[in-house]
Order: sequence, then C-alpha cells, then structure tokens
Amino acid sequence: MKTITLNVNGRQHSVAVDPETPLLFVLNDELGLRGPRFGCGMAQCGACTVIMRGEAVRSCVLPLSVVGQDEVTTLEGLGTPEKPHPIQQAFIEEGAAQCGFCLSGVVLTAKAVLDVKPDASDQEIRAALGGILCRCFTHTRMLRAIRKYAEARRV
Amino acid sequence: MTQSRREFLQNCGALIVSFSAGSLSVLSAQGQGPFGTHPSHIDPEKLDSWLAVGADGIITAYTGKCDFGQGIFTAQSQLVAEELCVPIARIKLIQCDTSVCPDQGTTSGSQSTPTNFNSENLALAAATAREALLSLAANRLEEPVEELRLADGVIIGKRGRRVRYEELIGNKHFNLPLIATAKRRSAADWTVLGKPIASLDRAALMTGQFEFVHHAQIPGMLHGRVVRPPEMGGTVAHVDERSVHSVPGLVKVVVRKNFVGVVAETQYQAGLAAGKLAVQWNPGPELPSQNGFFEYLQKQPSRDALSVDSRDTEAQLAAASRVIGARYTYPYQMHGSVGASCALADVKPDSATVWSATQSAYPTRSIVAKLLDMPIDKVRVIYLRGSGCYGLNGADAVSFDAAILSQAVGRPVRLQFSRQDEMMWENFGSACAVEHRAGLARDGRIVAWDREDWVASLGNRPGYDQPGNVITGMLLGYEPELPEPRSVKPPAGKFRNPSNTVPSYFAGCIAGSCGGGGTIRSERALTHTVRSPFFTGPLRSPLRIQNTFANECFMDELCAHAKADPVAFRLQHLQNSRVIGVLKAAANAASWQARRSPRADISRAQTVSGRGIACVAYEGDNGYAAVVAEVDIDLQTGTVRPKRFVIALDCGPVSNPDGLRNQTEGGILQGMSRALVEEVTWNNRRVTSVDWETYHSLYLDYEMPTVETVFVTPANVPATGAGETAITVTPAAIGNAIFDATGARLRDLPFTAERVKAALLAHRAERA
Repeated sequence: MKTITLNVNGRQHSVAVDPETPLLFVLNDELGLRGPRFGCGMAQCGACTVIMRGEAVRSCVLPLSVVGQDEVTTLEGLGTPEKPHPIQQAFIEEGAAQCGFCLSGVVLTAKAVLDVKPDASDQEIRAALGGILCRCFTHTRMLRAIRKYAEARRV
Repeated sequence: MTQSRREFLQNCGALIVSFSAGSLSVLSAQGQGPFGTHPSHIDPEKLDSWLAVGADGIITAYTGKCDFGQGIFTAQSQLVAEELCVPIARIKLIQCDTSVCPDQGTTSGSQSTPTNFNSENLALAAATAREALLSLAANRLEEPVEELRLADGVIIGKRGRRVRYEELIGNKHFNLPLIATAKRRSAADWTVLGKPIASLDRAALMTGQFEFVHHAQIPGMLHGRVVRPPEMGGTVAHVDERSVHSVPGLVKVVVRKNFVGVVAETQYQAGLAAGKLAVQWNPGPELPSQNGFFEYLQKQPSRDALSVDSRDTEAQLAAASRVIGARYTYPYQMHGSVGASCALADVKPDSATVWSATQSAYPTRSIVAKLLDMPIDKVRVIYLRGSGCYGLNGADAVSFDAAILSQAVGRPVRLQFSRQDEMMWENFGSACAVEHRAGLARDGRIVAWDREDWVASLGNRPGYDQPGNVITGMLLGYEPELPEPRSVKPPAGKFRNPSNTVPSYFAGCIAGSCGGGGTIRSERALTHTVRSPFFTGPLRSPLRIQNTFANECFMDELCAHAKADPVAFRLQHLQNSRVIGVLKAAANAASWQARRSPRADISRAQTVSGRGIACVAYEGDNGYAAVVAEVDIDLQTGTVRPKRFVIALDCGPVSNPDGLRNQTEGGILQGMSRALVEEVTWNNRRVTSVDWETYHSLYLDYEMPTVETVFVTPANVPATGAGETAITVTPAAIGNAIFDATGARLRDLPFTAERVKAALLAHRAERA
C-alpha cells in the first residue's frame, strides 16, 4: 500500500493503493468514475479506454505505477451532459449507442486519432478502432457520429 | 357485469372522495433505497402499483420490464407521457425493483411491447389513471367529463377553469383497480408515442455519467472473485487456503460444495487471490468431439415433440416428382457481453439486497432467497443496467454468487466476473441440427415437407425455483433442467410456433384447424431435445434464429430446384398476409429483380456478388420481417462481405421509430457477425473460446454494410415484439445470397472463409 498522486481530468488525486493496481480499478473504485468500464481485463475490447499522452490506452492492463503524473482523460473529462464535447455531441445527435458499455473505447479512440490527424480518412479511423468491440453492433451510427465530428472540426 | 364508461367515471369519482389519503412520502421514508427508489403497492390489479402522481407533478411509473440498451426505458416513458398527456420529462420510470415494481417475470422474448403497450398492464394503468384524473377534475370543476380536455398535466374545462393533476391527487393513492375498459389514446392522436424521441439515457451514456451496475458502490463493500472449475462437471477435491495467506487484504476464502470464491478489500487483491488460490479439482466427464458433434447429437436419447404432423408425409414424398433433402447445422454461440457480468449484494442476518443486471428481478429474488435460506420477502432485487446481455448472459449467476459471498463474510460484496468466468460458464445459445426432406410436384410446387431437428439443451433461465439451471446452482448441488427422454405424442390443441420450428410455408393444421402461415398441407415437424454437454439458455432469438436459418435456406434450395424466383416461389406457398406484406415490401425496397438463383451470369472475376432473401413470422405471430442481403464473395479467399441489407419490418404500431431503427440495425449486424464468425469451441475437456481472441466477433474496423429499414404498419393491429425479428432472418438471407452468387450452398454456420472455400471447391467438383 502506497500513497500515489495522479492527475485525472485536470485534477490531482491521492490514493492509497498497491502501485501494481490497474489504473481502471483506481478510476472506478477510488475516484468513482463511470466512463471507463471493465470489459475483459486483457486489453482485448477497449471498454476501459482512457487518453494518456494523447493516445488511447487500455486502463485495465496499465499498472498505476507507470501512470506517473501524465494526465489521464476519461469520458467525464471531455464534457458533461449539459456541455458535451463536440464528439460527444455528435454521438448524442446520431443516437450512436445501444447499451453504451463500449463507449469509452469508441469515443476516446476516435478523438485521439483525430487529434493527431484531423484529416484521417474513414479507413484510417476504422483501422484505429480495430481493437474495439461493440456487441450491440451500433457500428454504423458510431462511425457516422465520428465522421460528423471529424467534418465539423475541420471547418 | 360491465359498467358503462360514464358509470365508471361516476363511480371512480365517488371512490376518490372517500379514499383514505395514504401519503407516498411516508412510505418512501420507510424504505428509501440507496438508488432513490421507494416502495408502493405491487398488486398488478391496482393502479397504485403502476403509477403515482407526486405533489410536484412528477409522475412515477413502475414497470417490471427493464432496459438493457434496447430502448424500452424511453419507450415506456413515452407511453406513460402519451396516455397522461404530459411532457416526457415529467415521467420518472422505476424499473424492476422488487420492493416497488409489479412482478412482470422476465424481460425477454420480445414480450415487453406486447405486454405493456397494448391493452393491459402499464398501458392500461396509464389509461385508467387518465380517466380517473378526468373524473376527479369533473367533480372539482363541476363540469361533465366530456367537456374536459388535458394538456401538459392540466385539465381544462369548457369555461376555462383549470386544475393540475397534483392538485387532484398529488402524493395520494388512487385506490382504484385497473379498469379493463379504460380507453387508450388513439394512435392517430399520439404526440409523444410513435415519435422518434431521443433515448433518454443518451447524454449520460456519452459523457460517462450513466451508472451501470459495474459502478454502483455501497459503503463498506468488499470485492469478490469466483474460482470456477477448469471444466464442466469438475468438482472440488481440495482447497489449500494457505496458498493465499500472503495476499494482502484477503478477507475470506469461501467454499460451499463446489462453489469457490474469494473476498478481499480491493478488486485488485481479490483478483490476485483468485489467481493464486490452489484448488485441486476432480475432472468432469470427457466431452464429445467438436468435430462430428452433430452426428453425436443426432444419436443421443431425446425428448421428442411434434409441432405438426399430417401423417401423410411419407406417402406424399413417395409420390412426389422429386424429393430433396438436406441437413443444416447451427453452432453454440455466446451472448458475449462486452462487460463481464457484475453484481453487488448486501446480505444481513435477516435480510438481503442484491443490485443486479438480471432480466428477471423477481425470479432472481426467489433464487437468492433459496440459496441464502431466507424468506423471499426478506430479499430485495434492484435492477441496475449492465453491459448489453442479449439474453441469459452471466448476470443471474453473478448475482447469486455475490449473495453467497456477502452472506459468507457478513458484509456487502461487489463481484466482478473475469472474462473467462463469463465466457466459459454462460448459458450458450443452443447448437442445433435440422434435417429436411421435401417433395416437389412436376410443376415445381412443394407437395410435402418433413422436418426433424435436434436441439442441445441443458439448464435454462433459473426461473423462480431452479438454481441448477446456471453454473452457480450446479456448483451448489442443484440439478439443472434436463430434457428427460420422452417418446412423441401426436400434436394436440391449437397450432403454435414459439420457436419457429415450423417453416412459414406449412399450413399448420391440427385436428382440422390450421394456424400456419402457408399452404403446404402434407407437413411434419419433429423436435428432439438432447442433453447438452454445456449450459444453454436464451440468446437473442433463441431457436428462432437456428430454425429460421435452416428453414429459409432450405426453402431457397427448393426454389432453385423448381427453377423459380425466390420471392415468387415464397409467395406461391404463403397465405399469412403479414408475412406476404413484409416480403413484398422488402423486395420492392431492394428493387429485387425476379429471376432464379444462382444467377446465370456468374463472372470469372475474383469477386462475385449475389442477393438473397429470407422472411419470418417471429414466434408465429409476434412480429414479421423479411430481409434482402446483397453480398460479395472473394472466390480466392472465401471471404464473404455483406454490402447491403434491406429489411421490411411489421410490428404493428411503432413506439419509437428511431429506437426501433437502432435495434433493427443492431439486430442485422449482430446476426451478420453470428452468421460469419461466431462459434463456441472446445476440446475433449473444456471450452476453449474463453476470450476475444478465441471467440470471434466483428470489431469496429469491419467495413459494415448499409442497412435500410422499412416499416410496414397495417391498421388496427396490436403492437408486437420487434427486437429479435431482424436478427432472425439475417443468417439465412446471407446464406441464400452466397448461393445466388456462386451456386454453392452453405449449410453449416458460421460461414467462415475456410468453409466457403471448401463449399466452392465441392461445388466446382460437382459440376465438373
């Protein structure tokens, strides 16, 4: 057990946990965040995705000890129901969810890709979403929402 | 004795005047739960069990049908808002909490809409409440009911006087029964229902605010993990608790018969302990080989049932101009929820509360009571949404497990399944084999059709009293539901087709009364239910998708033998007007060109294209769908690429067109994933598809086909189910499109590239 500070959604947090604890468990259990979710615990599905160093990463296999002071962004860190981030707004407008459990992986991975490459093609966006599962199969609406966001941010 | 509407309204006014104003706020103070729910009466015959008007004008509705992502939360909110003429924002819907909601059994089988959206239950309650409010207002305003109108929660008299619902009954009970004659608002007048209202959970979902059961926290809760046997039938030989003594935060190792679990202070520690715990397991029985499984299945003792039997099929087949036979197989498939199941339980010495993503709140309450040896009324199950389930995933088992762990440690426990716990031990969708034989007359018409199927079955939903139907119960020594071998009896009673065993083209005649969808009168459908080596249970379109795959592909084979167009040939053998309606609508929307399959102009290019169609009357009468699939096939690799689906859907009046489109698109694409890649695998000892590398699903990078949805809405029909019709027809339409493109018939699902390649080779050899 060790007290560790971490920077999540623009705020400093101190938690007393085993440093080998996966980041996901800290986000869910210690900080009460609901964006990242436990899907597989093996980095195979993307439900636990957060953004770190500008990249979408799988928090279920990331020990807290390697997170350091890098800012961690979850779905909550992008926007709120009252003031959603433009990519969240696009998902809301397109109704791009069924159960919604997989959304962290879809939204944050797409955002990270478009942050780096705003003119990414549909193929490039899809390729980036290669390790993300939606078992309700809302694929079409999700890609439509991402395209909508991508086009709007290019303007 | 039936009352006139006027008498009822007068009577109910009188009742209201005399009622003993029980305040809801007093009750809520007694039983306030951590999620803001509060108790009410739960007798489904009473209006107060379904609806309450608060002093603030908020209308709280209680339902036993819950939302797992299929949109029923929004649709039910629309229903109540519509019937009560209030904006949807004024509806607060409480779903599936056994302390306050009516027992509506399980949310499954496309039954929520027929149950709650026609003339019973929630819909009737809302209609009854509107009429009661009108009656109260008539008294208050001293104007006849006929002269009153409702708008936005206000009742307005002809002279302009107004009264708000909450002024009439805020925080008080109606003290009325549901009135069977209460009138639903006419669909022509709908302003909320029937409109594409954005699902109410959207903003919370997209911004990470939505509370899944995975996020619920109870003060003082511990974390659990289960340790399952490595194989089906494995039993505990020895648990070495010393193996985990060094794990920090470990609270307890829990062993009850063959149930093993650990409880620790944190989730991480629970995972460590589960991984380190040394358990010696006695092996289970050897499994039948996956290669050759269907031959094995067809030789086992079985429970036999005839859906229909005209007793002349053998004679008619012998007399037919041509007899065609084929066997179709459908593998075990998984629910494969993205989120491994999770539940929380707080078991005290004399009461228990379980927060669960189960589809069956009340049945789960009964099973938890049984496993904890506690009176049923001391157990409360509160539904909290989990990851999409598509049927009986791990949600029930994890709820039982959490309760057992919490009881063992005397503290609240949150239990998270691992991916393997979920995938090895869920109740898979049944593997099936179907053998068809049909006779064609000289003119190509079908004169007789004989069909036998073999269904692998073990366990099921636990219901109210069968814990052994899922893994937890079995580990605790309860027996699963077994298909006891039984010889067949002649079909009796009314013709039914709940599993779509019987093709739509059968006349479905029992003792002279015909309930099938078609014209074929020499007909037999015999089902053999066989003990499965794995647990099975309902998976979206249970047995309906398996049977429809086999029926609709075989129909296509007959059509090819008759050298007929697949739409025209189907129409020739159909008489159900609603199946005919969707078939024509789909063909029309897809610009279907009438011609025979396979196409005559198969090119020599590497990629060939084809189209296929399939249709169904879901469960015989609970929704109608026809879909046209257009696919490309890479002849070199055997890869099948669906490009376009056009589906026509008839489910009666649509509650929320946007929600239904979302469900339909999801159903088709999920059906496509199941048709192309999904299959449970095993070796001679255990299930080997235990994660996303070994069980395949189409990821988000898959280039999805377009899906076009057309609604067919006949006048004056009740609302039917709609969430499972689209998936039901998808695999067959793809199989038929592959045949159209290549001339090769795929009879075994999934249509993997290897299988397609082998079928293409076999087809070429046949033609050579």
